[in-house]
Amino acid sequence: MQSPQVNMDMQMAWRNVWRNPRRTWLTVGAICFACMVLIFMLSFQFGSYETMINSSVKINTGHLQVQAAGYFDKKNMRRVINDPKPVMQMISAIKQVEAMTVRANTFSLVSSEDRTYGAMIVGIDPAHEPEVSTLKQLIRKGEFLPEKTGSDRALIGSLLARNLKVVIGDELTILGQGKDGSVAASIVTICGIFKSGIDGFDRNTLHIPIKTFQAVYFMDAAVHEIVINANSLHDVAAVKKEIINGLKNIPEGKKLVVMDWDELVPGLTQAIRIDLISGIIFWFLLVLVVAFSILNTFLMAIFERTREFGVMMAIGTTPQRLVKLLLYESNFMTIVGVGLGIIIGCGITGLFQVYGIDMSGASEMLKQYGISGRIYPRLSLITAFAGPVLVWIITIAVAFYPAMKIKKLQPIEAMTHV
Amino acid sequence: MEFQIAWRNIWRNPRRTVIIMIAVIIGVWTMIALTSLMRGMVADMLDRGIATLTGDIKIYPAGFHDDPSISFQINDADFVLSKIANAFPEDTQYASRVRVNAIASNARHSAGLTLVGIDPGQEKGVSFIGNGVLDGRMISRDDKNAIVVGQALLEKFETRIGRKLILMSQDRQNEITSKAYKIVGVFRSKLASTEKQFVFVSKSSAQNMLGMENGVSEISIVLADHEKTGRVAESISTALNGSDLEIYTWKDLLPMLKSYMEVFDGFIVLWFLVIFVAMAFGIVNTMLMAVYERMREFGLLKALGMKPALILRSVLIESGIILAIGAFAGNLLAIGLVMIIAATGIDLSALASGLEYAGVSSIIYPELVLKDVFLANGVVMVLGLAVSIYPAVKASRITPVEAMAHT
Repeated sequence: MQSPQVNMDMQMAWRNVWRNPRRTWLTVGAICFACMVLIFMLSFQFGSYETMINSSVKINTGHLQVQAAGYFDKKNMRRVINDPKPVMQMISAIKQVEAMTVRANTFSLVSSEDRTYGAMIVGIDPAHEPEVSTLKQLIRKGEFLPEKTGSDRALIGSLLARNLKVVIGDELTILGQGKDGSVAASIVTICGIFKSGIDGFDRNTLHIPIKTFQAVYFMDAAVHEIVINANSLHDVAAVKKEIINGLKNIPEGKKLVVMDWDELVPGLTQAIRIDLISGIIFWFLLVLVVAFSILNTFLMAIFERTREFGVMMAIGTTPQRLVKLLLYESNFMTIVGVGLGIIIGCGITGLFQVYGIDMSGASEMLKQYGISGRIYPRLSLITAFAGPVLVWIITIAVAFYPAMKIKKLQPIEAMTHV
Repeated sequence: MEFQIAWRNIWRNPRRTVIIMIAVIIGVWTMIALTSLMRGMVADMLDRGIATLTGDIKIYPAGFHDDPSISFQINDADFVLSKIANAFPEDTQYASRVRVNAIASNARHSAGLTLVGIDPGQEKGVSFIGNGVLDGRMISRDDKNAIVVGQALLEKFETRIGRKLILMSQDRQNEITSKAYKIVGVFRSKLASTEKQFVFVSKSSAQNMLGMENGVSEISIVLADHEKTGRVAESISTALNGSDLEIYTWKDLLPMLKSYMEVFDGFIVLWFLVIFVAMAFGIVNTMLMAVYERMREFGLLKALGMKPALILRSVLIESGIILAIGAFAGNLLAIGLVMIIAATGIDLSALASGLEYAGVSSIIYPELVLKDVFLANGVVMVLGLAVSIYPAVKASRITPVEAMAHT
């Protein structure tokens, strides 16, 4: 239950706010503008991070991987998961897991008729790979590896294909080292050319069916990676925990480790962090400029009413109550501004969230970060409220300065003020 | 006299004037200082891109760019250079190199990388390898089997100086050729990916291994001023007209960087406008207040026969003075700050591996670009005056009767 005095103060403050509507609207406009910009830009930043993580995860690494301990650092071919079956059975029982597949990698010489290059040979499971990565959608010419037959088929990156001067249907000779150290060689026929837009990937990779890989490189049933996608980015931590627990019950489990996308692509989170920090600096400075822009309004609201305050004090209003009144006033303006800012800001952001922002002009740059085409801002509780709360805090802090001036006011002097 | 009146008017309420000036100062300050910091980052990316064996301008044998094979070569680099030497502005440096994709291997590891045959004397000031090595020694001009590798490659291959490294590639006849080199030195680069990508041998040993005689794969030219690239490239291509050589600038070779710089230019304009709009609300409000306070005064002036246009002008002069002082102080602060930071650079090494992902080095030196300073001041002054037209028009429309009725 509010006391009648508080009620009356609020009513008075509200009416005072609208004594000069033009000024109030300009102040509210400044606050509203800052909130809108902050909501939109923060949502945009978070949206681009999610796109960044998801696309870089989808092209290659997946959300999580199970590998033999030490494989990630050394990429030593002999560090394998000898028997992936029980591990995969355990993982498929976890309900937040969307899909998984197995892969094996090694470096080999790849020769066409008149060119030889070194490349990463990746063994993939044609049946499950499309569920985990975007590789199948990246095929620009030819087709994806057939699921059952044609075990000598291969997919090749567009730049590697150009360097090797090969087209669909050409044969390539692969020459490398098997798991046991012996010479491994095979001939494959190109059935598809993929282009991810990430030069390193397109220049350096050749995909062959995992069965062929295991046969050529003397791997038996072993693989190097079990690649897992969770239902969403937010489930990754939970899935990781369950896998770690599950591995304890598997004979080979002690030698295996689980890595999430953050460990698999270490630069990514830091790149995001840098972008976020620089964003925060930018937006903080923006709010500061806004704060000084509206400080004048708050000041004027007091100085032009010196007489009025003198009278109020003379008839017995305490300075504390006047300060309170003024803080109510500035709070009202801020709340109206922040409220409108949140509504309009969320509206605009929501609109772009549906339609996306076409970033094709910046495609070359975004390619490097694994983003392509459109970016969708992502509105969340944090992006909708973090900016406005910052604006609200700074504005109220600014409002204290003029309000405190009231305490120094002498009724007699104030009343003689013109 | 008008200026003097305006000057006195704005100091009738010093607190108000100072507050709005502070808003302008902070705005201009952040505009210029932050932009120069980001320019520094971009310039650093460009410098490093150019130093990573790119150069401002590169001359390739025709066909090499699409098919980087040793079967394309520039047979007589000296002759080509003598033909284009006239096109070089002062302080131009160049280097000719052999460059070929190769496979490096030792007992445990193998990897695909780029074998570069260089003349160490030429590389100084042209590419990062000209700065020398971290450990061991640099290759010399006529080393036969010495190789310099990157720190990251050394670690990946679990090897050290003095050990062997086998390089394998295709020669002029497309035959597989291989040669054992001895690691004599280790270079460091700011990016681990560069350390893994390149290995350096002497030009003569590469030519020998690949059967190129005196041929080279590229001539890289570095100018003292990156801005001149376009013009110099044009005069080089005129000088080389008719020969089977292709000329590329860094804009062709580093398209990512080029588009990054374009996006960045757009971002700066956007950022300036956002900051400006935040300021503009304050400017309009303050000028409106100043105008309404003096309603009686304007009414009196009107009654005495002052033309509305003159009143409009006097209000604009007032806001112009506030903007100019604010912008000036903002410039001074920004330039001061940039100079302080430029002396030491800002160390972002705590975040280094993320920066590397973005292709930026960990210590950033801000770079003041005149264009940005003009743009910031231009936006503030021109648009600032534009939004002041609203209160100024209000002032000029005040009629004596209205003014006298106003208390």
